Amino acid sequence: MYRYDEFDHTLVTERVHQFRDQVERRLSGELTEDQFKPLRLMNGLYLQLHAYMLRVAVPYGTLSSTQMRKLAYIARRYDKGYGHFTTRQNIQFNWPKLEETPDILAELAEVEMHAIQTSGNCIRNTTSDQFAGAAADEIEDPRVYCEIIRQWSTLHPEFTFLPRKFKIAVTGADHDRAAVRVHDIGLQMRRNEAGEVGFEVIVGGGLGRTPVIGQTIREFLPKQHLLSYLEAILRVYNQLGRRDNLYKARIKILVRSEGIENFARLVEEEWSHIKDSALQLPEDEITRIETYFAPPRYERLEDTVREFEVKRFEDRDFASWVRTNVTAHKEPGYAVATISLKPTGKPPGDASAWQMDAVADLAESYSFSEIRVTHEQNLVLPNVRKADLYALWQSLRDVELATPNAGLLSDMIACPGLDYCNLANARSIPVAQRISERFSDLERQHDIGSLKIKISGCINACGHHHVGHIGLLGVDKKGEEFYQITLGGSADENTAIGKIVGPAFSYDDVVDAVEKIVDTYLNIRSEDEEFSDTFRRVGLTPFKETLYAAH
Amino acid sequence: MKMSVQILTANRLGDGAVVYRAKAGGWTERLSESLLLATPENAAPVLAAAETPQASLEIVGPYLMPVDTRGGQIRPVETREFIRAQGPSVQFGNGHDVENTPLSLAG
Amino acid sequence: MPLIKEGVLAEDSWQSLADEDELREGPIVVTLERWQSERDSLLARNTPLGVRLRSDQSPALVAEDLERFGLVALEFPKFNDGRAYSYARLLRDRYGFKGEVRAVGGVFRDQFLLMQRCGFDAFEVADKAAVEAWEKAISEISVTYQPGADARRPALALRRNRPAA
Repeated sequence: MYRYDEFDHTLVTERVHQFRDQVERRLSGELTEDQFKPLRLMNGLYLQLHAYMLRVAVPYGTLSSTQMRKLAYIARRYDKGYGHFTTRQNIQFNWPKLEETPDILAELAEVEMHAIQTSGNCIRNTTSDQFAGAAADEIEDPRVYCEIIRQWSTLHPEFTFLPRKFKIAVTGADHDRAAVRVHDIGLQMRRNEAGEVGFEVIVGGGLGRTPVIGQTIREFLPKQHLLSYLEAILRVYNQLGRRDNLYKARIKILVRSEGIENFARLVEEEWSHIKDSALQLPEDEITRIETYFAPPRYERLEDTVREFEVKRFEDRDFASWVRTNVTAHKEPGYAVATISLKPTGKPPGDASAWQMDAVADLAESYSFSEIRVTHEQNLVLPNVRKADLYALWQSLRDVELATPNAGLLSDMIACPGLDYCNLANARSIPVAQRISERFSDLERQHDIGSLKIKISGCINACGHHHVGHIGLLGVDKKGEEFYQITLGGSADENTAIGKIVGPAFSYDDVVDAVEKIVDTYLNIRSEDEEFSDTFRRVGLTPFKETLYAAH
Repeated sequence: MKMSVQILTANRLGDGAVVYRAKAGGWTERLSESLLLATPENAAPVLAAAETPQASLEIVGPYLMPVDTRGGQIRPVETREFIRAQGPSVQFGNGHDVENTPLSLAG
Repeated sequence: MPLIKEGVLAEDSWQSLADEDELREGPIVVTLERWQSERDSLLARNTPLGVRLRSDQSPALVAEDLERFGLVALEFPKFNDGRAYSYARLLRDRYGFKGEVRAVGGVFRDQFLLMQRCGFDAFEVADKAAVEAWEKAISEISVTYQPGADARRPALALRRNRPAA
């Protein structure tokens, strides 16, 4: 993992002092709320329905056990005993007090964490593949470049007041777990014909009110030019992005209005001036950061582990968890374990302080003290010996973290919705809870297979509904909560935007509608066909027919 | 359309808690103690007073919201205001270690 | 309006003219439109000239003429309209402009550091309290991660020069 040196430590510490001063100026009346708001947002502090909310950055989703314990401590000491992991690999605390947020930031700084740029019209936390470094299908560990981008983007003087927020995702694997095509900039690591590793640069993707799949602006960008190329894109966007309409301010709208060829021409022109500037990444700097992400000291193991196979044979529940929550590791004898934060009937992504502590302990015992946060709002222990999986699973069961549903229907993404959020039109969490209760039979979920349901409480699409196999969007109809359903979306390398199936369903009816969609799929799928494949084959019509037949 | 009765709401500066302009002056967390504003003419000066720099030392983002006063009880009209008044409608933190009884929006 | 230069309250020798104002003696700042329409008469004067650009007017529009200007004023119509940060970078890094780059409009102390890093060296502020806050505002964050238009050395360069442990 990356460790702060004196420069990183100094910066976050100074930032805490700066924010303490800004909070004092607000409390004394020197700053009005209008002046203070952008300052607090730059430090991730929102005002929600019932309280402030502090969003803490988990850079590229990587946490140490020490950091996780600190999050647990903050949850207990400054909040109501829990935190909420988000689709951007961050964590949110829902009840901090304004006066105490500088103290929380000081606590975070102690463990090399911060809340810088987790909100505001600036470059946000760079996200990545939750299996980075452990995935079998990876060219290189993308976190090296995420960290380089983190530093470059932190307090970037030119890009702090962009037209709108700006999100970058990096993946090093062919199978895209970081949704790079729905980010403002997506970086997909590629090997060129000469065997060198660089980036395919994708620009202008995004969800929100106008979902757009990003387009490739450059097939291959050599590593040393990463920052100058990003700076060129941002500089073009900062000058030309729309500032007259909040909903047209994202880079996707600019790319669309300019056309990708013209936009690329503007970027390349800008880049030609700064390509060989001080932004060029020296080889030794890449190497320096790489050493932080060097693989842990894996033992040399056989890939087939007898005791693991025996337990899997003997214990059906364990086998069921392994089937969904354990993924292949690049090292023989190791596995990647996903810890589901989606127990039946509970808010997706929430973890209580004692669960966080338990995960920190388990990571220490079984995963070289390393934890990942996924954009699907789960946690991951990336480096577990297969021989330890049974013991790990038993311990997870004790703390109610062993739900065997990763990738299944109940592994839903849901934004906080109207239960917390000022922008929401409708609730998301209770809908997710009711769906998971309706489908609580895990046998049934296994039979249904891979199915991603994503729920957003408003058009801003924090719940990624556009790219859910089944997407639910909360809308307000004359003061009533309704849900519009889209089908056929996808966030992986086959990115697709879901299509609206028909008129929205009420809060009371939406779970029945989801069940009808699932039943329709079960009736028409050919053997072993996943939901998304069936949808690609048959389209909306059969689903429309069953959903609206009686109307 | 009959003008509904309004009350003035905001979030408290220090902890963000939902508060209402109180009958007795100042701000209260209890809907039942809130100051009823029967007409827009009543409401305007109360809102204006909450938008001053002095008021901003106590509260953030004041606005008027309609309420239902039938049966002598003050109840919000909008779902959002129900949730603001009573807290999240869901159990949070996976239901552990936290003081929280989810509200029911039924009825 | 108080003007900050080199960290202190400075006498403003420039007069900013509206388009309908008569030309006058001494250093003046005109709008882009006026510069474009009255170019010859403005150049015939023998006193320093500056140009003021709105946030939708890139300095690329005057790139050929920059040597004629002693000052470029960049407007911030709102504090969160960040275009002029890029314009200042272009003026300094791309066009090598050596004159004064002045921030006008929505200029707050919490932005001084960012503005200075992008190449601004003069700041019109709303009140004198901002002048007093200058020193703290530009020094409260001492680490920079990116090359800018200022003299600060980014962490990358400092790390590379660090004696080996």
